[in-house]
Parts: sequence; structure tokens; C-alpha cells
Amino acid sequence: MSANRAVPKLCVQGLDLYYGDFQALINVSLEITERRITALIGPSGCGKSTLLRTFNRMNDLIVGCKVVGDVELDGRSIYAPNRNVDDLRKRIGMVFQRPNPFPLSVYENVAYGARIHGLAAGAALDAIVEQSLAAVDLWSGLKDRLDDNALTLSGEQQQRLCIARVLAVEPDVLLMDEPCSALDPVATMRVEELMQELVDRYTIVIVTHNMQQAARVSQDTGFMLLGELVEIGPTNQVFTSPRDQRTEDYVSGRFG
Amino acid sequence: MSEHIYKPFDAELRSLKDMILAMGGLVEAHISDSLRALVERDSARARSVIEADRQVNQMELAIDELCVRMLVLRQPAASDLRFIAAALKIVTDLERIGDLAVNMGERALALCDEPPLRAVVDLPAMASSVQKMLRDALDAFVTRDDAKAETVLAADAEIDKALVQIFEDVRAEMKKDPANVDRGISTIFYAKHLERLADHTCNVAEMVVYLVRGQDVRHKTNR
Repeated sequence: MSANRAVPKLCVQGLDLYYGDFQALINVSLEITERRITALIGPSGCGKSTLLRTFNRMNDLIVGCKVVGDVELDGRSIYAPNRNVDDLRKRIGMVFQRPNPFPLSVYENVAYGARIHGLAAGAALDAIVEQSLAAVDLWSGLKDRLDDNALTLSGEQQQRLCIARVLAVEPDVLLMDEPCSALDPVATMRVEELMQELVDRYTIVIVTHNMQQAARVSQDTGFMLLGELVEIGPTNQVFTSPRDQRTEDYVSGRFG
Repeated sequence: MSEHIYKPFDAELRSLKDMILAMGGLVEAHISDSLRALVERDSARARSVIEADRQVNQMELAIDELCVRMLVLRQPAASDLRFIAAALKIVTDLERIGDLAVNMGERALALCDEPPLRAVVDLPAMASSVQKMLRDALDAFVTRDDAKAETVLAADAEIDKALVQIFEDVRAEMKKDPANVDRGISTIFYAKHLERLADHTCNVAEMVVYLVRGQDVRHKTNR
């Protein structure tokens, strides 16, 4: 590789993924650039969430799941036999469709990961909680409610808390699987705004059914269909002049 | 191209195309009338062009409204978005072309009562080249033919040359005899309107290239 070309944050090479006999990903190759937001779009069942879950090996938890091909993080295989999966998931955090805070206090939700990874304790841990909550714009509103149960927060606050929980372990990459689908439009806009702030420090990959959201938040967009990555390119180009007719049909609403 | 899942959008896109074509047909007729008004010294025809411009303006408003409605309600993407974006630009140029047909009608009116200058003989040839450009640009829009749109863009250089030639000829006539000055000025204006008309036609053709290829070819040499 030439010296002036940056190594991609994530590099997927010839990835096939099977759930038993069913092939969910077919020869997927792509590169995710550092500190950009990449959106994956496509109809239900196209494999976009499956692809997202290969990035932190969440599919390992599914019985009968087989992965062929490779995913590299910073040039190192994440499927190498000696790879520490806990460490991988610390570096690649995930936010899910529905906010899923632990049934613990606000403080504990954020502190939990940092503590079990041995990142900090005592005052240093307090500082991590404050920084993480501040990064998602929750600190000023919740600093006096740190002992409240996280489940008493609003949906948007819960989702922000889940993002703060990921940030507390200092990841490189944020995976977001439909992070706004349970939120109202105003809360959605605020989370999107937050993503724009976070992308200065993190690489973000978002799966979304909402094409306008992909168009609004991402710099790169990949379109998937029936397990294949049909095309990936700058978001503006994918939505105004897609190269593949199938992408054209999907983004213009012609797809049945 | 296959149909949209949401059928009314297909009907709206078809109707937008029809409206652009109807507006294009109307301004073509106005150009042709203002040329006949000049050649046949027909002041009634010149006045009818001036009067009929209202219809062109109304079509511009109706097309703009439809485009904005589709943008907000259908949130178009890909070739639909390019089509609507191109339509919004094209409609502005067609309206300007309509205005230029009116300006030509006004000049024709001014020239009606006097015999033509020698140079006026060249105006119909220039006009017919411009008319062909506009016809081709509108055809290219309907058939999404970017190659044809490129031929329109290439034709503009000849129009610019024709204008320079008419300037030279009319200036010579005016120098020869001050009695030619009034007619000369109107003739130069008429030719200038035609040349501007070709420029607006080129804008339409550039939008056709954008529509088909998603590529912006405007201001190639002056970015």
C-alpha cells in the first residue's frame, strides 16, 4: 500500500456469512474510513445488520453462524484465532435499536464497562462518567440524578445514556443499529446532531431504514440487497446519481 | 424504468414532463411568430406574441408549484431528484426564452413600417439555427438523450459568430447612411435577443446532460 494512502479503519474482504444453510452475506468487500459516518441501507433482510454485527463479532453468539473471509480493524484481522474478543468489543462499541440501559443507576450504567475493563476507579472513574455523559449532552441535566434508575429516563435520554456507556470504554468505532427508530423526530434530530459531534473523534457505522436519515447524517452510504453490497460511495452521489440500477430503484422508491 | 411503489408520484412525474413540453412548444411557437412578424412585416402577429407571454408565465408558476410539491411530499432521490431539479432550472430558461420572444416581437413591431436593411436578410437564417437548437434541446429532454444535448451545446459557437457578422454588416449600413440608424439598432437588438435565446437553450441542454448523466457540465471553462 502506498505511503500516502490512509489505512481504512475497517476493511472487509470477501466476506461470506451463513446462518446454517442460509447465506446472509455474499462476498462483501468494503472499506470504512476513519472519522466518517458510513450508513448502510437496504430493505429488511438484506444483511445490513448482519454485516454490522460482523464488525464486533456479535454474530459469534448465534448458533450455526459461519463466517468466511475477513474483517480487519486497523489492518489486523478481527477473526484471527488469538484475537481477544472482549478487547475487540471495547474498541468497537454498539448502540441498538431500542435503548437498553442496565436496570442500574445512571452512574453505574456508564461506569460499568470502564470498571470491568479496569480502566479506572474512584475519582478517575467519576471523571470518565462525567466526560461520557457530557459528550452525549446528558451531564448538565443528570448530574444531580446520577443515582436514579436509568429506566426512569425518557427514551431519548436512555439512548444517549447507551451511547455514553459505549464512550466510557474509549472505543474507536461506534456501530449504531437503527439508533433512532424508537425515537420521535425531535429526539432523532438531537441524536443525529450528537453523531455529527462524535464523528470528530470516532468512526461511526449506522444501519438505518430511514433513507433521509442516511442522507442527512452520513458521508458514505452503502446499499445492500439480498446479502450483497450492491454499491458504496459518497452519500451525495448514491442519492443523486447511483451507479447501479438496483440502488436507483431502491432510493427512488421503485423497489417492491 | 419501473414504476414507483407510490403510484401518484408516477402520475406527477409524467405530468411534469408534459407541462415542460407544453411550455417548450409554446415558446417555440412564440419565437416562430415573432420571426414571421419580422419577415412578413406583420404587426398584428408581433402584438399577439407580446400578449401571449402571460400564458408562458402562468405555466412557469404552475411547474414551479408542482416541483416544490413533489420535493416536499415525495422526497425524491436519484434520477427523480435530477429530473425535478433539472425541471426547476429548465422552466426558468424557458420563461426567459418566452420573454426574449416578446422582445423580438417588440423589435419586429418597430421594424414593421420600414423596408429591411441588407443585413436583416441574415436574421431568418440565424433564427432558424436557434429554433433547431431549442427543438433539439427539448427533444433531448424528452428522450433523455445526452448526446443530442451535446450537439446543442456545440452549435452555440456558430450563433455567436452569426451575431458578430450581423453587427459588422449593420454597422457598415449605419455608417453609410444615418437614416439607417433606427432600423440598424432594432436589427442589432433582434439579433442579440436571438443570441441570448441560444444561450438559454444551451442552459436547457446542460440540464439534460445533468439529468441523464448526473454530471454538471456548466461553466466548464470558467469555474
